[in-house]
Amino acid sequence: MAKQFLKGNEAVIKGAMLAGCTAYYGYPITPASEIAHAAAKYFPRAGATFVQAESEVAAINMVYGAAAAGERVMTASSGPGISLKAEGISYCAGAELPCVIVSIMRGGPGLGNIGPEQSDYNQLVKGGGHGNYKNIVLAPNSAQEMCDLGMLAFELADKYRNPVIVAADGFIGQMMEPVVIPEPVKEVPDKKWAVKGTPETYKNVVTSIELDFHDLEIHNQKLQKKYAIIEEQEVRYEEYRTDDADIVLVAYGISSRVAQSAVNELRSEGIKAGLLRPITLFPFPKLKIKELAEKINSFLVVEMSNGQMIDDVRLAVEGKKPVHLYNRMGGFVPTAKEVREKVITIMR
Amino acid sequence: MSKTILRKPEAFYDAFTRKAGDDFLTTTYCPGCGHGILHKLVAEALEDFGVQKKTMFVSPVGCSVFAYYYMDVGNVQAAHGRAPAVATALKRSNPESVVISYQGDGDLAAIGGAEILNAANRGEGITVFFVNNAIYGMTGGQMAPTTLIGQPTMTTPLGRTLENEGYPIRMSEIIATLEAPVYVDRVMLGDIKSIRQARKAVRKALEIQIEKNGFSFIEVLSACPSNLKMTPVDAQKWVREVLADYFPLGVKKDISATFPGKSKERHLLPLSEIPTILDIKESKINKDIIQNFSGKDFHEEIKIAGFGGQGVLSLGIVLSEMGMRHDFEVSWIPSYGPEMRGGTANCSVHLSNKKIGSPVVDRPTVLVAMNLPSIDKFEKDVMEGGYIFYDSSLINKAPKRNDLHVIAIPATKIADELGTTKIANMVIVGAMIEKLKLMSQEIVIDSIGEVIKNKKLIGINKQAIYKGIEFIKNLK
Ligand SMILES: Cc1ncc(C[n+]2csc(CCOP(=O)(O)OP(=O)(O)O)c2C)c(N)n1
Repeated sequence: MAKQFLKGNEAVIKGAMLAGCTAYYGYPITPASEIAHAAAKYFPRAGATFVQAESEVAAINMVYGAAAAGERVMTASSGPGISLKAEGISYCAGAELPCVIVSIMRGGPGLGNIGPEQSDYNQLVKGGGHGNYKNIVLAPNSAQEMCDLGMLAFELADKYRNPVIVAADGFIGQMMEPVVIPEPVKEVPDKKWAVKGTPETYKNVVTSIELDFHDLEIHNQKLQKKYAIIEEQEVRYEEYRTDDADIVLVAYGISSRVAQSAVNELRSEGIKAGLLRPITLFPFPKLKIKELAEKINSFLVVEMSNGQMIDDVRLAVEGKKPVHLYNRMGGFVPTAKEVREKVITIMR
Repeated sequence: MSKTILRKPEAFYDAFTRKAGDDFLTTTYCPGCGHGILHKLVAEALEDFGVQKKTMFVSPVGCSVFAYYYMDVGNVQAAHGRAPAVATALKRSNPESVVISYQGDGDLAAIGGAEILNAANRGEGITVFFVNNAIYGMTGGQMAPTTLIGQPTMTTPLGRTLENEGYPIRMSEIIATLEAPVYVDRVMLGDIKSIRQARKAVRKALEIQIEKNGFSFIEVLSACPSNLKMTPVDAQKWVREVLADYFPLGVKKDISATFPGKSKERHLLPLSEIPTILDIKESKINKDIIQNFSGKDFHEEIKIAGFGGQGVLSLGIVLSEMGMRHDFEVSWIPSYGPEMRGGTANCSVHLSNKKIGSPVVDRPTVLVAMNLPSIDKFEKDVMEGGYIFYDSSLINKAPKRNDLHVIAIPATKIADELGTTKIANMVIVGAMIEKLKLMSQEIVIDSIGEVIKNKKLIGINKQAIYKGIEFIKNLK
């Protein structure tokens, strides 16, 4: 097993290629640009397609085209660029096109800054574009997971014919860590529904328009059914010392690592803290949180935003226990010390 | 003598069963609309060239959104203005195919301006049909970028004015200024004769794609009787006499005779071979040696700071790479963004035998300062009992704190003596491993070659590390 010291932003490209991704369409933006740099370096070596598009709008529509052609395809960007992609992602969801979008969240709103934030949770998890749709959202918290979840993203996208978002923050993208490089997938699925310019596929249509109200309602119901199955089957999370915990921290991405350090410090002081780290943001580990709410005293959500994931935690807790927030914005990553102090004030 | 056979082309459906409702025989187009005519010209050419089953037709948002009701080929419906982007990817996925990007004037010249210009400029091997009817048809007759001065629309009820809306845009002329397009032509569907002319252009454009994989752009002046509020006959007359007056017909560019053609090949590497192109190297580590180090309980938080260009970031990466070779938990994060461009740079490294939480270093156990501002900025943060390594050839003001181990090392001077300032950072690496005893010197020296990008510099980097080690030894 080869181990490499990689940036998260490079690891996700290696993962993608090992998952059989053969096309990358993107537009540069900090702190996601190394993803494009790595794609520009490695995709052509594999005979695969790399195009720097004229905008994020063009890039996501190229993704739509390649996905329509049945390819494993990806793009990557950050806040402002993801906003521009929203319409295209909605089209992909509507036309049920599998594709992978990496979002390396930065400070917002507007041009904001290029520091890390988690302020696009709602944008990514709640859909972000128009219409009744959901993205599958994976939240890596290490360079290793950028690679591994990057691979998984393509499997899930094809399994459900749905856009999958790899949602990371500037730190997870910029950070370098050792990554154990996985084996490539054995094969990629043959998509019978795709439009490839071949005699076998020329009767196929890829579209998201349904003029007839009845047909569009049925289409929407079908999508909702798919999301329900995803909620049933694809929830992923990591628990850390929750067994006997009084207070459970809920955090993803870089915040989860800070929270884990805080839990360690608190435990060494005799405070029974634990951590629940959602790895899938949609589907959200609702049931797990509900179950925890039965046995613990309170939750503390640690987020680099104005408090967005906390809404989903509250929904799952159903008012049974207090749900607190410790948040930073503007590009600051909370420190373990800050989180520890917040826990101590809550426990007091 | 040619004889006329009255039948629909193969690539045009006989009955439109994809249509909603139960009328499968009439199209969704109004009487006198140009879209239906153009569809048939395209369909006929696809059949004649024998490419129906390898054609992909990208339909836009606009009246022709439902082209897939009619065109018996592979169909992909695109977002408003983005057909050339979708077509770009379809073609690159399957370079042997024939890809048609079909757009209206709002779709192509307004909302999709960037996509058409850039697809044309890249010279994508696609054929673009641009239906210019001087109006937004689908949404009920609003102004298009090609609406004529004085022409009333729903959003220019008193007629388009220069003052408020500016001139109508001539897309063919713009596209023709680009280097990559092979053939750019403007035709009209104004009468039988002009339709025949349009037919020729359609066929030529498709041939250029089929034979040479070149980009062509055919603008088709076309009637929209419903929104012009004219009879089909009057609308066609208006196209001939008014529209074609502002938008001159004819070839705007044609390099098809000299265009060498573009490759249609795409050779994807088999999946099993992907690891071979990803620069993955197994490093051969002597597990016996690292046991002496990885077993220890430790956690170092290292801040490395200096000017951009001093190799601050790579010093951190080298330490981290070496840490990884000792099976440590490792993280590295740069201060990224504009401040880097401002001339100072820093990075944070964690080396530990425990899982690393936040990669941030707020309270370093070790500070490496390669310039004075770094001392000023970070000295106060260093943990009690921690270390400061600083380049004493550049910093003439020693750190003030006396609760720290302070190591002054003339790294730049030593590096200069070795022949290049660039390796001052490696002198410090040597000093650090000797002083901190975190790592095996043998492993660091043996594997430095795996880490350095410029392989010619491996020797001098090793020398620099030795010098750093020696310097610390001589201090004792
Ligand atoms: C993002 C977006 N904006 C606006 C619309 C509404 N819209 C649909 S078609 C159209 C104009 C189409 O006009 P044109 O491209 O000239 O084609 P025509 O209908 O005349 O063939 C507009 C504005 C849309 N569907 N999507």
